[in-house]
Amino acid sequence: MIESHATTQDIHGHPALQHHFENMEQQREAGTIGMWVFLVTELMFFGGMFLAYALYRNLYPAAFASASNHLDIVLGAVNTGVLIVSSFTMAMAVYFTQVGNRRPQIVCLVLTLILGLTFLGIKAVEYHDKYTDHLIPGRLIPSAPFGPAVQEEGQPLDHHKLHLLPGATLRQVEMFYWIYFAMTGMHALHMIIGAGLLTFLILYSIKGRFDPEYHSPVEIIGLYWHFVDIVWIFLFPLLYLLGRHFEHG
Amino acid sequence: MQPIESFEVPAPPKVNYINAQYGLKSWLLTKDHKRIALLYLASITFFFFIGGLYAMMIRLELLTPQGDLLQSTTYNKVFTQHGIIMIFFFLIPSIPATLGNFLIPMMIGAKDLAFPRINLLSWYIYLLGGIVTIYALLAGGVDTGWTFYTPFSTTFSNSYVVATGLGIFINGFSSILTGLNFIVTIHTMRAPGMTWFRMPLFLWSLYATSLIFILGTPVIAITILLMAFERLAGVGIFNPALGGDPVLFQHLFWFYSHPAVYIMVLPSMGVISELIANFSRKNIFGYSFVAFSSLAIAVFGFLVWGHHLFVASQSVYAGMIFSFLSFAVAIPSAIKVFNWTATLYKSSISYDTPMLYALGFIGLFTIGGMTGLFLASLALDVHLSDTYFVVAHFHYIMVGGALMGYLGGLHYWWPKISGRMYPEGWGRFSALVIFVGFNLTFLPQFIAGYLGMPRRYHAYPPEFQVFNVLSTAGASILGFGMLIPAIYFVWSMRYGRVAEANPWHLPGLEWRTQSPPPTENFEVTPIVTWEAYEFAPPEETEVVGKFGPEPERI
Amino acid sequence: MSEHIVPVKVYLGIFLALLVGTALTVLAAFVDFPWRLNTIVALTIASVKATLVVLYFMHVRYSPRLVWVIVASALFWMGILFAFTFSDYFTRNWLSIGY
Repeated sequence: MIESHATTQDIHGHPALQHHFENMEQQREAGTIGMWVFLVTELMFFGGMFLAYALYRNLYPAAFASASNHLDIVLGAVNTGVLIVSSFTMAMAVYFTQVGNRRPQIVCLVLTLILGLTFLGIKAVEYHDKYTDHLIPGRLIPSAPFGPAVQEEGQPLDHHKLHLLPGATLRQVEMFYWIYFAMTGMHALHMIIGAGLLTFLILYSIKGRFDPEYHSPVEIIGLYWHFVDIVWIFLFPLLYLLGRHFEHG
Repeated sequence: MQPIESFEVPAPPKVNYINAQYGLKSWLLTKDHKRIALLYLASITFFFFIGGLYAMMIRLELLTPQGDLLQSTTYNKVFTQHGIIMIFFFLIPSIPATLGNFLIPMMIGAKDLAFPRINLLSWYIYLLGGIVTIYALLAGGVDTGWTFYTPFSTTFSNSYVVATGLGIFINGFSSILTGLNFIVTIHTMRAPGMTWFRMPLFLWSLYATSLIFILGTPVIAITILLMAFERLAGVGIFNPALGGDPVLFQHLFWFYSHPAVYIMVLPSMGVISELIANFSRKNIFGYSFVAFSSLAIAVFGFLVWGHHLFVASQSVYAGMIFSFLSFAVAIPSAIKVFNWTATLYKSSISYDTPMLYALGFIGLFTIGGMTGLFLASLALDVHLSDTYFVVAHFHYIMVGGALMGYLGGLHYWWPKISGRMYPEGWGRFSALVIFVGFNLTFLPQFIAGYLGMPRRYHAYPPEFQVFNVLSTAGASILGFGMLIPAIYFVWSMRYGRVAEANPWHLPGLEWRTQSPPPTENFEVTPIVTWEAYEFAPPEETEVVGKFGPEPERI
Repeated sequence: MSEHIVPVKVYLGIFLALLVGTALTVLAAFVDFPWRLNTIVALTIASVKATLVVLYFMHVRYSPRLVWVIVASALFWMGILFAFTFSDYFTRNWLSIGY
């Protein structure tokens, strides 16, 4: 509900009120709606990749299952847990800002950032593992083209070798891996941007820029962070878990 | 603080948004939506000329049946670049970024858009995308067609595909930010009393366009990234030799690119609604029908992309669905045409330049739209696909429709933007020259295409020459016709008649402030108590509109 | 300010539900369900988790109607992209006329 016209109090209102808005409520609403509209674009952006995933998985089920089983389920599950905790700490950061507790607010933001960086660190470990196993698709890294070693029948189990299920070919497995890198890479890029945004939030919070009256940046960046978490909530089962029920031993 | 309730505007002070501050920095770092609109106006005009030069080269080559002016690979680059520049760097931003940026806050009674700095950022992103694309063109160009079909673009083309794709990708962010800004502004910043159904129809169209910006552009973004990934890494995303599906590229590409054509035409339709109502001095017939049709076009436009894949080995069952929906999407457009025509009936038409463009739009858009129905029929499309029939169809909409709306709107709001009138006689003359030149260019192409002349060929069988000669003659007239406004608009900025606040004597909110407007648009925030196109004097209509003085919010 | 402050208890509850959901989805992945149920189970659990995040962590439960409309539209549009593209791929084999 906005006032029927600008009053003199609002003109000299909160220092964070921008001149083209009538009052803080309008400014806050505009910011929130703006972030939601932006998240729609993000959903459509990732949606294109999910579509490609769905189609190729349907086309090459055995290859996708084989490739998925080769991903490290422990690291993937840990990362999922890390992101869920970070979503919780982010929500708590917004809560503390709303009630005006600055110290817990800053602590929660810092925790969120640390957890986000942890996620990225674990991701880096996973990417490095792919590099050493020659699973980077195509000639993306010219010195290490795609060419993983394949687990042979009767040979001792080697976790660096790919176990191909019946019907899977290496070319189809390569399909999985470009989708894996495209989707997790894009997701990681969004995490990096989120980490940068969180750094700004922490600095501004330390300077005392936010109060119960004005804290929409915290809320808005929180929305972004939760969205990135939701993308991972879908990526984890689709990439890491789809072939586990074929595993025997 | 008195609300504005009459047509009288106080005598304008000398300061307006143009002379409020001087210096390059005040323009390049401005947050004023009106200045940003002018920055866009200059840049898209620049790109229009580049796209026009490419068009000239196409038409010169096609004068003769032999491929004698340009080599085939060069010709491929020329039509590709003509398409890319015109679509991404002229048509898509044209009305939204210039007229939309300028007018949206004024039409809703706000001081600026919701996010002025993001508005400026969106212009810089547009420039960056343009610079990257121009670099790619100068470095050697791209020859895949603006549609970038795989696997040619990803595997076999030896041109600057990734660089051009990057330029388009960057430009996409400019669209997204503009659309975001418009949606938030229209939802949250309408002045008191400006309900949704009191908004000018131009705003409904821009809102619908912004929905398409938001929902469609990200998909072309990911498509370009995947195309670049395939080209750089040599993986088989869309390459059948490596296990991929080229039709997937086409699905993803057209999911955006079809709604993109509605991005190009919806704002123009919005302008036409303004021009028809205002220059016939009559309330638009069926306001809510026109408003909801804009939304319907935006929604339905997302359901028809498969009609670009009819002959691309898409399943015939999917083809049937897309064909049916392509017929359905014509309905809201037709509703608009009928409503405009009904508005004109028994009205008081003044044939000023903007009205000439509006009338031209109605006729030419109708032709373009109906020829689209030919293409939506599965069987006919087998014959007409990839012929000049398609080329003529979309040019009727893009040039005969979108460009006419843009020119009409530019003339109509020119006094508000610049404080000067353009020369009316030259305006009408150039509108007629453009109309004649346009039809001479593209009408023969329908026939040539129907008789079988393929598109994107630099050499063709001699029996098509007569149509091509007519077309090139028309293009020369069209080019000449478009140079005239370019000259007199610039001339008018210095020597044009000084315009008063409301030179056309119209009720719109944007006419109730001085020309050019002050930086904050209105002296006082208006309180709106009148309907969108109320032509009767206020004392003869009910003061309180049927929605009451309370602003409604969704 | 018309802002709703979600109690900490609710956040804690949702957080625990998300962790449980993650554990469930990992466990369910190793069970061999018939037909395509593995995928359906995984997507259902993921959707529930996502819904909890959207409704509570992102405050949509307490947000004005416009936000609900935005979220619903986004999901609907993703649906259009998927449904119409699938309508091509999943019907290609229905008619053996050359492809």
